[in-house]
Amino acid sequence: MTGAGDDEIIIEVKGLVTRFGSHVVHDGLDLQVRKGEVLGIVGGSGTGKSVLLNMILGLLTPAAGEILYNGRDMTTLNEEERRDLESEWGVLFQGSALFSSLTVRENIMVPLKEHVTMSRSLMAKIADMKLGLSGLPANAADKFPSDLSGGMKKRAGLARALALDPEVLFLDEPTAGLDPIGANRFDELIKDLSKTLGLTVIMITHDLDSLHAICDRVAVLAEKKVIATAPVPELEDNPHPWIQEYFHGPRGRAARAG
Amino acid sequence: MATVEGRRDDPTGLDVIEADGATRLKPSGDWTVHEIGRFERPMMKAASGRVVIDLSELGHLDTAGAWLLGQATEGSDDPDGDACFEGEHPYARRLIAEVRERMAECEDEPKRDGGVVAMFARIGRGMIGFRDETVDTFAFLGRTLTTAASTAVRPHRLRWTATIATMESAGVNALPIIAVLSFFIGAVVAFMGANLLETFGASIFTVELVGIAVLREFGVLITAIMLAGRSNSAFTAAIGSMKMQQEIDAMKVIGVDPFEALVLPRVIACVVMAPLLTLAAMLAGIFGGMVVSWATLDISPAFFIQRLQSAIDWSQFFVGMSKAPVFGLVIAVIGCRQGMKVKGDVESLGRRTTASVVQAIFAVIVIDALFAMLYLELDI
Ligand SMILES: Nc1ncnc2c1ncn2[C@@H]1O[C@H](COP(=O)(O)OP(=O)(O)O)[C@@H](O)[C@H]1O
Ligand SMILES: [Mg+2]
Repeated sequence: MTGAGDDEIIIEVKGLVTRFGSHVVHDGLDLQVRKGEVLGIVGGSGTGKSVLLNMILGLLTPAAGEILYNGRDMTTLNEEERRDLESEWGVLFQGSALFSSLTVRENIMVPLKEHVTMSRSLMAKIADMKLGLSGLPANAADKFPSDLSGGMKKRAGLARALALDPEVLFLDEPTAGLDPIGANRFDELIKDLSKTLGLTVIMITHDLDSLHAICDRVAVLAEKKVIATAPVPELEDNPHPWIQEYFHGPRGRAARAG
Repeated sequence: MATVEGRRDDPTGLDVIEADGATRLKPSGDWTVHEIGRFERPMMKAASGRVVIDLSELGHLDTAGAWLLGQATEGSDDPDGDACFEGEHPYARRLIAEVRERMAECEDEPKRDGGVVAMFARIGRGMIGFRDETVDTFAFLGRTLTTAASTAVRPHRLRWTATIATMESAGVNALPIIAVLSFFIGAVVAFMGANLLETFGASIFTVELVGIAVLREFGVLITAIMLAGRSNSAFTAAIGSMKMQQEIDAMKVIGVDPFEALVLPRVIACVVMAPLLTLAAMLAGIFGGMVVSWATLDISPAFFIQRLQSAIDWSQFFVGMSKAPVFGLVIAVIGCRQGMKVKGDVESLGRRTTASVVQAIFAVIVIDALFAMLYLELDI
């Protein structure tokens, strides 16, 4: 399937401006996401990574600028096109955002019920399969989100994001709160899926190991803009002081050595 | 060739061919989560005995499709071996194997029970729940009172800011709505009285009727029910969402007693504000009765007030007033207790808020009845 070398642009953010009152979060931000790539987004806490994600998802309205999906401005889509689009997207929010009144299995079944016609038993089977894919133990299926640990919630959120085998997967700090072994398996899974299914992945992360292991390119958010987008080895040579400190600080060196 | 599914204009389909003691499955077109629903049955039916899957016509495959295809060869000794597959596909076999490997063996969904036995079980659980709730509420009341006692010894420990703020939000801000409601209740009582008593030529007794009804019962009841609906639910929601975010746990670890910081200010605010609100409700109710009497019975306000003073004993007023702090206490305790009972999920927050309002109104009415019996015995 499509590899990272493919230059077809699937999502394009142009001149995005975001404001909360007088607080400007993004000022003329540009970002391009290529089809089939795993794009990492890094930046200090509070630089507006999650807000950028919400913008792309259409949950917030930009003060200026536009967001194109497959070359089309998202704000011009009608309701049906919007629905189709939603079934092509899977999202894992920073706080997992599981429905607390549903069990894990039922959570995974929600997108299936919404978009697909099939028997309930098949839906449950597919939900169980996604559960296994995301690395949750089988006994988690009938638990409620409030009974899960933070890392398990992340996995359940990922399973729900994968329910419809989306074309684009948005992940907000997916490995935060996972043990290193779990995080490695998570990285492997994302890599496998993106290779096998040609999945496009946009991943906000602070996990330097993830960046090295699976990201084709990394976008750096600083000074209210994307200051650089490049593969990790190229970024390491970028002279910008924040990038230098990020990749050549003690943690950055450890990740590279590992 | 037996085509099980698939229209001519739709390339997605499944051919099932029985040959040489083996079942040959030939999926065609895109097998994605959107399409496979209709293939569940034929696939499951075919998946017995030796199965060979021909991948040559297969288009795009996703994990859901791969899972369903993988189910067909599940019975084979080597489900991902060469014997089970034919034809070329860029990634189908890898995906099928990978999905199989990661598949979690989950138990089936638990069945929800129904029927008569379940109904009795629910009734039984409800009764036990009622008993437990009552016992627990008294325990909570006790805990609150001991906290209050220990704070009374060291008054500087009281959260004055929180207490005053709650007084404002639960008390002062409720004043307009309570006054308006009481005004209308007083007016309605006067209307009814005027209609009924006029037929006996005793319409002047409307004044007594309004006075006794509003002072003894309606003033304090309206106040209590408004507090239960307005402040008690707010207490539950506020404390409950703190509970959900583990804020209460954080408090305990830091050494802050949640009873002292959260419960006591609310209880004190309610106990103090309930009588004041009741006073306002009484005045508004009597005013409502007075306006109606004036309009329909030509009883002038001056005469109304004079009659009220001469005919109605102060004890009526004190009977009403004496109930107010008790109602305030009960309402605040129930609201705070339900808040503390909230668990990690939003559902339980909603359930507890509902329970809190229902229990508070229930308790108010029951206690009011107890008071009525008490004062009857005491002849007041
Ligand atoms: N709804 C909101 N209202 C006001 N400010 C917000 C809102 N959401 C986010 N912000 C601000 O936007 C900035 C970026 O937030 P966020 O995208 O969550 O950061 P991060 O990059 O750590 O994910 C922060 O300074 C935050 O305070
Ligand atoms: Mg964030």
